[in-house]
Amino acid sequence: MRGKITLPAPIAEFPWRVVVPLTLLVLFGAAVLYSAAGGSMSPYASSHLLRYVVALGIALSISYLPIELTKWGAIPGYILILLLLIAVEIMGQVNGGSQRWLNLGFMQLQPSELMKPCIVLILSAYFANLPPAMIGSWKALAVPGGIIALPVAFVLLQPDLGTSLAIVFGGVVVMFFAGIPQKWFIGGGAAMVVIAPLAYFFGLQPYQQQRVLTFLNPESDPQGTGYHIIQSKIAIGSGGITGKGFGEGSQSQLNYLPEPHTDFVFATMAEEWGMIGGLFVLLIFGIVLRWGLTVAREAPDRFGSLLAGGLTATIFFYVGVNLMMVMGFAPVVGIPLPWMSHGGSSMLTNMLCVGGIMLVERSTRAQRKSNF
Amino acid sequence: MVQSVTSNALKQTFDRRSFVVGAVQGGIGLLLAARMGYIAVAENERYTLEAESNRVNLSLIPPRRGWILDRNGSPLASNRADFRVDIIPERVTNPEATVGLLSDLLGFSEVEKLDLLERLEGARGFAAVPVANGLDFEKFAAVSVRLPELPGVIPQRGFSRFYPTGPAVGHLVGYVGAPSREEYDAEPQPLLMTPGFKMGKDGLEQYFDLTLRGEPGARRVEVTASGRIVRDLETRDDVQGQPIKLTIDGPLQDYAARRLGLESGSVVVMDCLTGDVLCMASMPSFDPNSFSDGIGRVEYSMLSENERVPLRNKVLQGLYPPGSTVKPTVGMALLGAGVDPDETVFCGGGLQVGSRRFNCWNRRGHGQTNLAKAIYQSCDVYFYAMAQRTGIQPIANACRLYGMQERFDLPVANQFYGTVPDPAWKMEKYGQEWAAFDTVNATIGQGYMLANPLQLAVMAARLATSEKVNPRLIFSNERPSFESMGVSAEYKAYVRQAMSDVVNGPGTAGRARLPIDDVLMAGKTGTAQVVGLNISDGRSGPWRFRDHGLFIFFAPFDNPRYAGAVVIEHGGGSGAAYPVARDVMTFMFDPQKGLDALHALEAGWGGTAQQRLDRQYAAYAQAAGVDLPPAPPPITLARQVDAEARAAADEPEEAATDAVTPREDPTARSDEATT
Repeated sequence: MRGKITLPAPIAEFPWRVVVPLTLLVLFGAAVLYSAAGGSMSPYASSHLLRYVVALGIALSISYLPIELTKWGAIPGYILILLLLIAVEIMGQVNGGSQRWLNLGFMQLQPSELMKPCIVLILSAYFANLPPAMIGSWKALAVPGGIIALPVAFVLLQPDLGTSLAIVFGGVVVMFFAGIPQKWFIGGGAAMVVIAPLAYFFGLQPYQQQRVLTFLNPESDPQGTGYHIIQSKIAIGSGGITGKGFGEGSQSQLNYLPEPHTDFVFATMAEEWGMIGGLFVLLIFGIVLRWGLTVAREAPDRFGSLLAGGLTATIFFYVGVNLMMVMGFAPVVGIPLPWMSHGGSSMLTNMLCVGGIMLVERSTRAQRKSNF
Repeated sequence: MVQSVTSNALKQTFDRRSFVVGAVQGGIGLLLAARMGYIAVAENERYTLEAESNRVNLSLIPPRRGWILDRNGSPLASNRADFRVDIIPERVTNPEATVGLLSDLLGFSEVEKLDLLERLEGARGFAAVPVANGLDFEKFAAVSVRLPELPGVIPQRGFSRFYPTGPAVGHLVGYVGAPSREEYDAEPQPLLMTPGFKMGKDGLEQYFDLTLRGEPGARRVEVTASGRIVRDLETRDDVQGQPIKLTIDGPLQDYAARRLGLESGSVVVMDCLTGDVLCMASMPSFDPNSFSDGIGRVEYSMLSENERVPLRNKVLQGLYPPGSTVKPTVGMALLGAGVDPDETVFCGGGLQVGSRRFNCWNRRGHGQTNLAKAIYQSCDVYFYAMAQRTGIQPIANACRLYGMQERFDLPVANQFYGTVPDPAWKMEKYGQEWAAFDTVNATIGQGYMLANPLQLAVMAARLATSEKVNPRLIFSNERPSFESMGVSAEYKAYVRQAMSDVVNGPGTAGRARLPIDDVLMAGKTGTAQVVGLNISDGRSGPWRFRDHGLFIFFAPFDNPRYAGAVVIEHGGGSGAAYPVARDVMTFMFDPQKGLDALHALEAGWGGTAQQRLDRQYAAYAQAAGVDLPPAPPPITLARQVDAEARAAADEPEEAATDAVTPREDPTARSDEATT
């Protein structure tokens, strides 16, 4: 069906379907960051664009890797990142305080961020190698569980609840796609209902408990922790349908909105661009996520399907949790909005995910060609 | 191929489940879109309002206070545009550091710093505490620049109360200050919390506070979350308070206050025809300008330690035995009781009543004395003798009729009204019968008899006009008609003539004669003894034992227009009082002549009242250092001053047991005697 298009192969095979919407989104994000900086390219917008260009290069490079190599590179990659996580933890202990990143000079790398695509990768590889007959056995549950639990334990130590949840989510979605029995999910869901209150009281830091409480009733402490959610809703709500105009958002310009360039960038956008801007952002995310799932469905091999599906789910987790947070549907967990929030780690992680999906897409196309 | 079937099954499972995941994602996407629509469209109005209330900060602008004007429309109290600094205590994180830095920037002394810290601690959290006003631009700018280090400090342009003549109007007008906790509790309005708002704390400022206050303006500004003002949006101007026009003649008030000089005393001048109080000066005084930012401890200590009680309004809260100034009134009582003015009494220096002999001040005697001579020579024996005939009651009645013991309808917080003793009063007060010596004392204005200077001025006005002149302080073009006192024209002229002779004839106050050819002033001297002859001669020795000097007057004597009274506390005799009256009345008729006299005197005293007060403050502050008690808040201060005034004016605990022996020289004056 692609034969009808008479474009040169490199152009035809370039993943336009995702790069065009992403670039639009990043440009839009840069405009919002320009406004959040009070009408200035620095410090946010220019570095945002630069990071996108670099990360896009990395993603395209990844997409040209042979898929078999990624499959076999999963285990060493997982171990390496796990070691980095341990290194961060040790450095944090030595420096006397919690630390999440390693300073690489040009950027600060959070190993926990790399673990998000990596967990998807290694679980996809595991299930691809697992004999289908064993999908109902304990090995299909216990080994992935262990693979997930190990890095999550270190990330929780940092402590970073948001990233931990993202890793768990990515892993669990891969397990779900892999086809482990449905009853385990139902059983797991039931177990969560029991465990959640226990985790709340014994597992969460006091500030995290406070965030959950605040989420349940933001008006209880309007000047304290509820402040974020209330101000975010005011920003979105006061934007209306068409917004207050570029650079005219009082909530962000006058510093009422906390973190207007990172976690609450959507509120900053919605205040100035209104519902129209919001729908545009949702539409782009819809296109990107739909592309991801399509790639997953079309992939001929199990590894590719699981990898693309899992990476799409990881991106979705970011988008969904962030948007629910800024609209008052989820507690403030500190998860940025992909391609719009200012921040190198999030940009890199999401572009790695995109790169992984593009890799699957390219390998699918290559296999189809060879089949003809 | 079992394996491949299972593999296909897994592929199917994947397709099925990826559809579920896709549906969930799409569902959440729709949910988010709907949520956004709800917030941004359905609740748009509410959130727009909340965004506005975030962005816009409404602050009240304290209203400009109404002016207090004198009878000619010149201000006794006005407002001066200035730069000021206030503190909102609630927003201060570290009071010591804030006060320390402010004191450096504004050049405060240690004492002022301590005062500020004290006020800050005693303040109600959100009410502004004034730091300084009347700042020059450099200091104002210095504070403004350092604002990030000074949370809670508000520098602003505003208006502060200004009293051009300062101490001269201190007691009359009062002063203003920031509302206290108690005042806010009594009247919980946001206006009282506004930085820079002042309310009246004493005198007319307090009495007419609601009239003078005005309505606050409002200013809408755009602010950041941290409270920094980005720009002004809209400003509604304040409505200035209503002005109050007094009957006071500003220049005269100032002149009288200055003329009192180093003395402790008061001057009241009234318009006989309207009752307008033209002047109501009480000295020494305080500077109301320096009270409006709170009373400093140095100033308070200086004022409260002064035995001449600068905080007391002596016109209304000073009570003095009227001494011989009561004699014209007693004379009116005698005439009313049927005494023939031409009937004479022989004064041989004393009067024998039964076994007692009551002395005249003139031990050598006045010889044959009629009423006129008894007034201008102030003969005590004549009045002793005549009072024996009429009894005390007509005299007491006349005293009351002429204004003693009367409480006037004036806009003042409190006025003491003194005592006119009679047998019923004495019985009630001491449970004792009226004695002959009580009558003797009363006829010469001693003993239990007490009056305030305003009452004495009213007495002068009523003697002058034979009409029941009532004093008034609020200016009105309406000319009141006063009730006649039923004195015949003949007797009225007789007493006027006798009082003129006090000054212009062979009387006791020849030096009170006005240096103006065609205006003759009538008057009556009085010397009120404070202690008995055995303690002090009344002229020298400790200041507090010296006699009070009094003088009541009106002019011109034959067609009275102005009347008044001068009381000099412990002046050593009436000789201290009538020169003041003379100069004040000279100023009234010929201001230049009056001022020339004053300037000569002030050169000797060391400057005007304001200049002397400033110098006294500087010297006191230097000597006192930091170790002083803080000043009480204005309400407490007012009560304290009132209580002390009452204690000073109280009647003796025990009834008097004998007649007062009058001084030999009723016009004596300790320091002028040598000049």
